[in-house]
Amino acid sequence: MPAKGFFTDTTLCIGCKACEVACKQWNQLPDDGFFFTGMSYDNTVALGASTWRHVAFIERPVPLQTQDAGAFSWLFSSDVCKHCARAGCLESCPTGAIVRTEFESVYVQPDVCNGCGYCVVNCPFGVIDRRSDDNRAWKCTLCYDRLREDMQPACAKACPTESIKFGDLDHLRAEARARVEDLHEKGLREAYLYGEDEHSQPGTGGLNAFFLLVDKPEVYNLPPDPVVPTKKAKDAWTSMGVAAAGMALAAVGAVLWGKER
Amino acid sequence: MKNGKRFSPKHWAVLRQIESGDLWGLDRNAMSSRTAGLAARTKNADRAVGSICPYCAVGCGQLVYVKDEKIIDIEGDPASPISNGCLCPKGAATFQLVTATHRVHHVLYRRPYGTEWEQIPLDRAMNMLAERVKKARDDRWEDNSPEGDPLHRTMSMAHLGGATLDNEENYLIKKLFTALGIVQIENQARI
Amino acid sequence: MGTSYGRGGATTFQQDLQNADVIVIQGSNMAECHPVGFRWVMKARERGATIIHVDPRFTRTSAVANIHVPIRAGSDIAFLGGIINYILKNDRYFKDYVIHYTNAPAIVSDEFRDTEDLDGLFSGWNQQTTQYDKESWMYKGVDPAPAAGKREAGADRRGPIRAEHTDPTLQHPRCVFQILKRHYSRYTPEVVEETCGIPKALLIKVAETLCRNSGRERTGAFCYAVGWTQHSVGVQYIRTAAIIQLLLGNIGRPGGGIMALRGHASIQGSTDIPTLYNLLPGYLPMPKAKSDATLADYCRNNESPSGWWGEFPKYFVSLMKAYFGGAAQKENDWCYDYLPTLSGDHSHMNTVADMADGKLKGYFVMGENPSVGSMNGALQRKGLRKLDWLVVRDFQLIETAEFWRDAPEIHRGEVKTKDIATEVFFFPGAAHTEKSGSFTNTQRLLQWHHKAVEPPGDCRSELDFIYHLGVRLKKLYARELNERRNWPIRDLTWNYPTEGPRHEVVAESILEEINGYTTSDGKPVAGYTSLKDDGSTACGTWIYSGCYRDGINMTARRKPHWEQNWVAHDWAWSWPSNRRLMYNRASADPEGRPWSDRKKLVWWDEQKKRWDGYDTPDFIADRPPSYRPSKEARGKDTISGIDPFIMQADGKGWIFVPAGLEDGPLPTHYEPEESVIRNPLYGQQCNPARMEWRRRDNPYHRAFEDPRFPYVLTTYRLTEHHTAGGMSRWLSWLSELQPEMFCEVSPELASERGLANGGWATIRTARAEIEARVLVTERMKPLRVRGRTIHQIGLPYHWSSRGIVVGDTANELIMFVADPNVSIQESKAFTGMIEAGRKSKERRAVTSGAFVKQIDPEYWQRDLPIARNRGGGPHDSKAVETKEGNM
Repeated sequence: MPAKGFFTDTTLCIGCKACEVACKQWNQLPDDGFFFTGMSYDNTVALGASTWRHVAFIERPVPLQTQDAGAFSWLFSSDVCKHCARAGCLESCPTGAIVRTEFESVYVQPDVCNGCGYCVVNCPFGVIDRRSDDNRAWKCTLCYDRLREDMQPACAKACPTESIKFGDLDHLRAEARARVEDLHEKGLREAYLYGEDEHSQPGTGGLNAFFLLVDKPEVYNLPPDPVVPTKKAKDAWTSMGVAAAGMALAAVGAVLWGKER
Repeated sequence: MKNGKRFSPKHWAVLRQIESGDLWGLDRNAMSSRTAGLAARTKNADRAVGSICPYCAVGCGQLVYVKDEKIIDIEGDPASPISNGCLCPKGAATFQLVTATHRVHHVLYRRPYGTEWEQIPLDRAMNMLAERVKKARDDRWEDNSPEGDPLHRTMSMAHLGGATLDNEENYLIKKLFTALGIVQIENQARI
Repeated sequence: MGTSYGRGGATTFQQDLQNADVIVIQGSNMAECHPVGFRWVMKARERGATIIHVDPRFTRTSAVANIHVPIRAGSDIAFLGGIINYILKNDRYFKDYVIHYTNAPAIVSDEFRDTEDLDGLFSGWNQQTTQYDKESWMYKGVDPAPAAGKREAGADRRGPIRAEHTDPTLQHPRCVFQILKRHYSRYTPEVVEETCGIPKALLIKVAETLCRNSGRERTGAFCYAVGWTQHSVGVQYIRTAAIIQLLLGNIGRPGGGIMALRGHASIQGSTDIPTLYNLLPGYLPMPKAKSDATLADYCRNNESPSGWWGEFPKYFVSLMKAYFGGAAQKENDWCYDYLPTLSGDHSHMNTVADMADGKLKGYFVMGENPSVGSMNGALQRKGLRKLDWLVVRDFQLIETAEFWRDAPEIHRGEVKTKDIATEVFFFPGAAHTEKSGSFTNTQRLLQWHHKAVEPPGDCRSELDFIYHLGVRLKKLYARELNERRNWPIRDLTWNYPTEGPRHEVVAESILEEINGYTTSDGKPVAGYTSLKDDGSTACGTWIYSGCYRDGINMTARRKPHWEQNWVAHDWAWSWPSNRRLMYNRASADPEGRPWSDRKKLVWWDEQKKRWDGYDTPDFIADRPPSYRPSKEARGKDTISGIDPFIMQADGKGWIFVPAGLEDGPLPTHYEPEESVIRNPLYGQQCNPARMEWRRRDNPYHRAFEDPRFPYVLTTYRLTEHHTAGGMSRWLSWLSELQPEMFCEVSPELASERGLANGGWATIRTARAEIEARVLVTERMKPLRVRGRTIHQIGLPYHWSSRGIVVGDTANELIMFVADPNVSIQESKAFTGMIEAGRKSKERRAVTSGAFVKQIDPEYWQRDLPIARNRGGGPHDSKAVETKEGNM
């Protein structure tokens, strides 16, 4: 199964929020409350337990080089779980509720999650979140159920302007790099990719949902240099952990295993 | 377990992890049986019905998935040359529009000077309405204007609506009301 | 559009926008209101097209456009007029197209006087009737008598309008081209800047971009929506763009055209099959009491000896056969006198005013929410309170259904529920997933939606409701059918097949009647060319004829786009005759060859002796380009081989409209009913022919510079909601995205008025006051006009008191005033006041009188200069006494 992911090209986003609603519809998610924020057109504020796609609205006193509209521009960006190659949530989950799928996406199993919340603090992007009613952790599934039927994720399908692209990561990366070059040629020199591979974002090992941005990551509320916390911790623990836990459990496991066979 | 199977230690994720050497539980061996059996709910739909988005006039194609005579999903129809399967947030919310609890399922009646709604049977409401239409028409019929111009009409009733309705509905509305002599027929095109 | 090109519909289709080299979006916020249609604009942009957005606000459309032009709301004609002036001054028009396909060479009557001569009025202004006598606008040597049309749809009064004298060199001083040149000569970049607040350089940049992307090799498109129509001079906004597109040769060609973006699933359909007072299906006019006493009068007034409307009697007789079946016979004039007649303007706002005056008994509201969606909501509700009965059909209890217990005037105690006599019936409606039927989308495409499930409980479709109401009425009248007035009920064909346990009408049987059939055997006709005026065919809507040809529901065709070319003919069905791009004869040169390979669409095939192409040719299929009609020709035979606009009596695109408009043959800049400035272009302030309702419950501000109301207000939609909210405010997924009513103001206005972002503001007009949250944003730019700073305030209009998110209603602020051609209100530019904090006392002019401080009588001056002497207008508006002088 080739690795799948999202390439979100923010220069094609029109801020319509179809992705937010299509996601809620497919996943039957509840609302996030009804609060006027006064922050441009953003009233859902951030990704959370019941908002798995979120469109950021950035009004900035800086012109776009390809636009004649005075010293101003309005940027939109549909944020989503990054399905990191090294996923902090997954690596910190003590119950095995979070798994990596055959599409290399990161999936939280609601029937296994016990709501401990370790994953929440271990996500460098603040994506995964617990729902207040059942305490369990929720986030984008990359529409794992749809992928099983060879359907694309609901958000990517709905996106009217193809700002959200879904596909094989290898293809998406090639397409994204070509897109950046094209935009540079058209005069949009600011365009760059965020987290497209391990090289560009070693702290996460690269993102399976990466972005094309035209301003600093912070402007989009993205960390400039995200590092998966467990990555550091793991470097120290790996040698000891493998030896100790592995040996102990292998002994128990062998017994049970043999029994069932 | 869900299927009433005997407990098997294989369901214990940790053991499967160990078997495959996936000590950090990072692989799909930690999958539960629910996860393993996961499939798009549309897979089991009885039918996918071709439809059109009811919001604006772009006219996006929709597919309505039905199972056991209930709508289980509404999304864009990729075959549409206009929308290619896309929907805007309103179109994407169509499922909630047609299935959520806000919809009223019964005829309600507010009597003159009343302070509350009362539920009445559809058939009775239709009969009451037909009588009122007849009375309004008969009471205020105009054959001719004071100058003698032909009128053949009643100005006692008016209609508003149509831009959200089907062509067939607009056709019958115009046809019936014109036959009744009602001319004040209008819709959102002018609002 | 109807008056310029012949048909009241978008000339092109949304997918074709991807072929444009430049797209001007003006009077529309397309990315927000039509996101999926905007897909095709983005595709054009990615291909290298320039996207220009002209709008008072910087919106989500502006954000992805190449150029944003901030404009003062209500000044679009001045801006577009500036572009026309640029095109003409610099000789940038598409000469071959203009000479052959437009009426630019036509010579106009010697009596005609332009606004240049009369300070903003055209010749023919009648001070007494406050209307124009339009004879002098006619072509020279043509009898103007029957040509006194009205509706934009081009439905009214067609005459033998064909220029007798022309000058193909375009030099004659009274030819349309020269008149046009003079008319727009004063729309210089300097004047545009003074009027619109648009810097000169920006106007020139837009005009130059348009010109550069027009001609044989390139095309440009315009997209508009209600940002153009909802003005007291709205039709002329569209006309101005229509002129530009004719001058640049952009109509009937790929990537060109004018895309009218409509806001409801079937709003085009509800005009084609009109739930409108003045039309019968297919843009046939309703008979007028004064002039159409007999069928002969009616036909004489409407059929045209030249052009397509020569076929008029065939369409009308077929309609009467569809309505009244066997009863409609030649001997009884096909039941012509069964039809009610019009004695004036019976449009929505007049109806509401009559309702408020107690003249109506009953009111049907189906799928609309006028208490929120219409102007001056309080006046709407006053009307509802005066009714005997009201029927509301919707999904849930919308504000219009609840007017008797939930409204500002009820909360304020001015009106008491127990005093309201109106009986209210609420019928729950079936959703589109619970009924079969067709919607006609913004590009005239009829698309069928199939019933997926049964409606719940007592929910029923409107089709079912109307059908069963008709059945009951036929029964109720059973004993009185011999009375003359009841014959239409007796003879109305109403024997539709029903199905299912609830006896629901089979929707396809209605579509079949709309398509038309031969009366002898009931077989569907193939199209409108098969219709006859001898009673042998019946057809419910001639322009839709062909949608059920061969007994096949063409509107239900869903052949995937990847199995056909980009025009996608086999997806659903569009009128007329499945043509997707109208007037496409113009995509070829006079000899029938494509103007260029890059922009080819339809061409003359000399071998086959037929028109051929990617789209269905919008022309007589076998008429060669060389054909010229003889003097004796009648009807269709008068259409020459170089007449792409076959619905026009002369086959030409009308730059100058000699008949069919109420307010002038050429678009002229007038200020809105309420403006912050005097008209910089003419002494005449507002559209002189506009419709006003001068009533105590509909007060107007001073026409300009009213010190009480110094700001420009404009209303609009957001992506996340739908119109008056009936289909969005009850849904959590949409409501959470835009949960509260807000107003958009610039940082400069915020500091001037002490407004804080996220805080509250009160917005006030003479009609009402509302509260809203404040969104301070640089997207609202103050404009400089004549050395003054003009502030504009943006108001989305989706909210009201019911649903899961509530808020005040912007439309409460707006007055009744309308365009004279189509009776559409002016909600996109008016004046008002804003102050910080929640200061609303829920006051409404309707119930508490004009609650703003009364001011000097001369402030009632509505206009300059003619209104000073204005008598009682045509709209029951006894003019308030005004004083001379003091100008």
